[in-house]
Amino acid sequence: MASVTLTVNGKSVTRDVDPRTLLVEFLREHIRLTGTHVGCDTTQCGCCTVHVNGEAMKSCTLLAVAVDGATITTIEGLAKGEDLHPMQAAFREHHGLQCGFCTPGMIMSAVDMVRRKGNDLDDKTIREELEGNICRCTGYHNIVKAIHYGAEAMGKAGTAAE
Amino acid sequence: MSESGIGARVLRKEDFRFITGKGQYTDDVNRYGQAHAVFLRSPHAHAEIRSIKLDAARAMPGVVDIFTGDDLAADKIGGLICGWMIHSKDGSPMKAGAHPALAQGKVRYVGDHVAVVIAETQAQARDAIEKIVVDYKVLSPLVSMADAVKSGAPVIHDVAPDNTVYNWHLGDEAATQAAFAKAAHVTKLDIVNNRLVPNPMEPRAAVGDYDSGSGGFTLYTTSQNPHVARLVLSAFIGIAPEHKLRVIAPDVGGGFGSKIFIYAEETVCVWAAKKVGRPVKWVSDRTEAFLSDAHGRDHVTHAEMALDASGKILGLRVKTQANLGAYLSTFSSCVPTYLYAPLLSGQYDIPAIYVEVDGVYTNTAPVDAYRGAGRPEATFVIERMVEVAARELKQDPAEFRRKNFVRQFPHQTPVIMCYDAGDYDASMTKALEMADYANIGKRKAESAKKGLLRGIGFSAYIEACGIAPSAAVGSLGAGVGLWESAEVRVNPIGTVEILTGSHSHGQGHETTFAQLVSERLGIPIDNVAIIHGDTDKVQMGMGTYGSRSGAVGMSAISKALDKIEAKAKKVAGFVLEASPDDIEFKDGKFSVRGTDKEIDFGSVALQAYIAHKFNGQELEPGLKESAFWDPTNFTFPAGVHICELEIDPATGVTRIDRWTAVDDFGNVINPMIVEGQVHGGIAQGVGQALLEGAVYDASGQLVTASYMDYSMPRAGDLPSYDVGMTQTACPSNPLGIKGCGEAGAIAAPPAVMNAITDAIGHEGIAMPATPLAVWRAVQKAAPRAAAE
Repeated sequence: MASVTLTVNGKSVTRDVDPRTLLVEFLREHIRLTGTHVGCDTTQCGCCTVHVNGEAMKSCTLLAVAVDGATITTIEGLAKGEDLHPMQAAFREHHGLQCGFCTPGMIMSAVDMVRRKGNDLDDKTIREELEGNICRCTGYHNIVKAIHYGAEAMGKAGTAAE
Repeated sequence: MSESGIGARVLRKEDFRFITGKGQYTDDVNRYGQAHAVFLRSPHAHAEIRSIKLDAARAMPGVVDIFTGDDLAADKIGGLICGWMIHSKDGSPMKAGAHPALAQGKVRYVGDHVAVVIAETQAQARDAIEKIVVDYKVLSPLVSMADAVKSGAPVIHDVAPDNTVYNWHLGDEAATQAAFAKAAHVTKLDIVNNRLVPNPMEPRAAVGDYDSGSGGFTLYTTSQNPHVARLVLSAFIGIAPEHKLRVIAPDVGGGFGSKIFIYAEETVCVWAAKKVGRPVKWVSDRTEAFLSDAHGRDHVTHAEMALDASGKILGLRVKTQANLGAYLSTFSSCVPTYLYAPLLSGQYDIPAIYVEVDGVYTNTAPVDAYRGAGRPEATFVIERMVEVAARELKQDPAEFRRKNFVRQFPHQTPVIMCYDAGDYDASMTKALEMADYANIGKRKAESAKKGLLRGIGFSAYIEACGIAPSAAVGSLGAGVGLWESAEVRVNPIGTVEILTGSHSHGQGHETTFAQLVSERLGIPIDNVAIIHGDTDKVQMGMGTYGSRSGAVGMSAISKALDKIEAKAKKVAGFVLEASPDDIEFKDGKFSVRGTDKEIDFGSVALQAYIAHKFNGQELEPGLKESAFWDPTNFTFPAGVHICELEIDPATGVTRIDRWTAVDDFGNVINPMIVEGQVHGGIAQGVGQALLEGAVYDASGQLVTASYMDYSMPRAGDLPSYDVGMTQTACPSNPLGIKGCGEAGAIAAPPAVMNAITDAIGHEGIAMPATPLAVWRAVQKAAPRAAAE
């Protein structure tokens, strides 16, 4: 067993875990944050995307022990109480989700995209940057729209990526 | 149209939980004391099981128990079923081999279920799996259909000595022969419809639980149809009588057909919960999903079309071999027969059609319905054929199609379907305009200047959905009815709950169904709750697939709302002291005709429950009605998709430049949601055409069993879509809805392949048209291209 301490969505948590425990398993099973999903076993699909020390990473491909001490933001940590993060609101406004399974990962990737590429994201950039996120329901058309307008809204709201 | 009623682009009510990570998918369900199941799967495509040694595995840390097929048999647990009987040409019933949930003496595909380990943690179960020793006698695997039907081939199921499930046919052979005899021109094409893996983003999962105090089972399962799961698990598999088996399909992350079927894993989990006295949870990983989720498509077809000198289609004959995989999955038998052949007339007036379909067993994963289920296969055949015929006759592909369109409705095709309403010219005209077809020549020239090959391809699809009239499908072999149910519960202060047998796994029913109720009853949409997915709450339903939730599910709600309105008028009559015949209901208010006496819906609801204004013998208290809607016909969405793409001949890379879709879905409840369905369907169709393909090697190993090897469409692979609609109301349901869920996946593949073959100048390319395939095909054409 290994002891892992993380700051998740602003709260410090410590758990003793099997060293094989992936970060996504730590989140889903050890601290019951089930918004981060597992969609594949080869790091392609992006459903597991969270922010580790401010950067988007795939939590299915990180051992919890490897990020001991890190600051983690999951989808559950984006909204401020009842107030949705502008990127979350944009996904709803532009029908950027259907079954919702890829959505947490999409939103976390999108917020990170803004951090790296700014608030004025065009179609081509968004589509390229989404290479690590797979959706089977939407055909991406509305996800691209949502991210474009979400990025714009983040700029207007002065919302930093974290 | 109100801002939350029929036709409005209402934002989805269900989104909040999904965008905040508060969805409740089956893997998010955790029961106190649960143990974890991992399945031992066959590494061989075809083998006899001589022995299974469990001792070393049982000794592993954390193991609770291990079960094999013998344990299920000892408890008289039945096998997995196929619920649609198909008869061969000679009248004999299809050859359905037994499909035990855990193997009985034989394994028939890589991934087939051999044993289950139940342990304290999933990791411990995985460790223990590796200690099970199975002695296999490996048999020759039959991977291709051609090998499976060769004489002398090993037999996969004893009941089918030639590995053929059925030899089925439809249509008039003699009339078709006669049509070909007088044809001025015959177009011929060999077509492969590539095998696909549906891949919803949520892998399958199940949590089974047993309450020994009450003798009741509970099963959480990633299902598109929890009541069908309960019916099958109860009546055929024998887990428990229905009233002792609760099935819950909570939030489900996509299905596309693959989550219709009743699989081994949930069967074993719910049964095992009683055996081990603890909840049992199983979650598929993605490789397991590739190996054992039902696959889709996989047809090999030879098609011929007879034409007169002017280009009018005289007849069509089609011979198809359909790969059904190693076992017959729940609906598998009907997909390449009754969901395929009856659509081969397309949008065209074809006087004579004859179709032969052989269903074949192979040592591959079972094949069953995947978005479109038979209709993409049919549309691919007819839309490639008409495009090739037009080219051979040197006619414009749009004009050639128009010349052959059905124009009089109702139109009885030679293959069962009677098209009730449509206007195919309208879709074509609108699509041509939206796609700026007039200037394609200019755009092709501009591409050529850059050394690129531009192509344009049409797909004028029609499909049959809104599945389905029960008696009709019963007469064709279905074991179930395909009606839908709805219960409308009006609460005393006027909020409403709709209990629907439909299931939403991405389709937005919590919003669209509420739009209907809000408009009909004149109440705010926030006062309407849509309840689905739990057999303890909703009495019975047939689930969501076959683009049926609008046409059939909402029609049931509409019928129940009719009954609510009728009863509410009676209550209003007592309150307003008037005859119900003099009561009008509009915009949420009941009023006495010709007076200003009125009462709103909420007040009528309260009066219905307090029952102060009427005598309980002349009118029962309460305001709650249910209805079952059985459609009178299939519905027939139709439209035209136009794909325009550019190929770089140096690399074979295809870039879709523009996608135009004009669909006739009849009446549309929420255009935003309908467009989303079209987008998603197109993406899957483009995936089939350009990227996807499940490949087995000669030994029966699935070599495309992860996202490393199976190319899923990503945002960068796809264009934005220009989606328009035309509308002819559907006459066969009260809401005039045709349904839209599968149309994109049906329409898209031939549009893409017609565009690619247009660009490269010949027909010699198959799906998926990967860069390598396109590059090779371009080389074939190169001498001709160089000369132009």
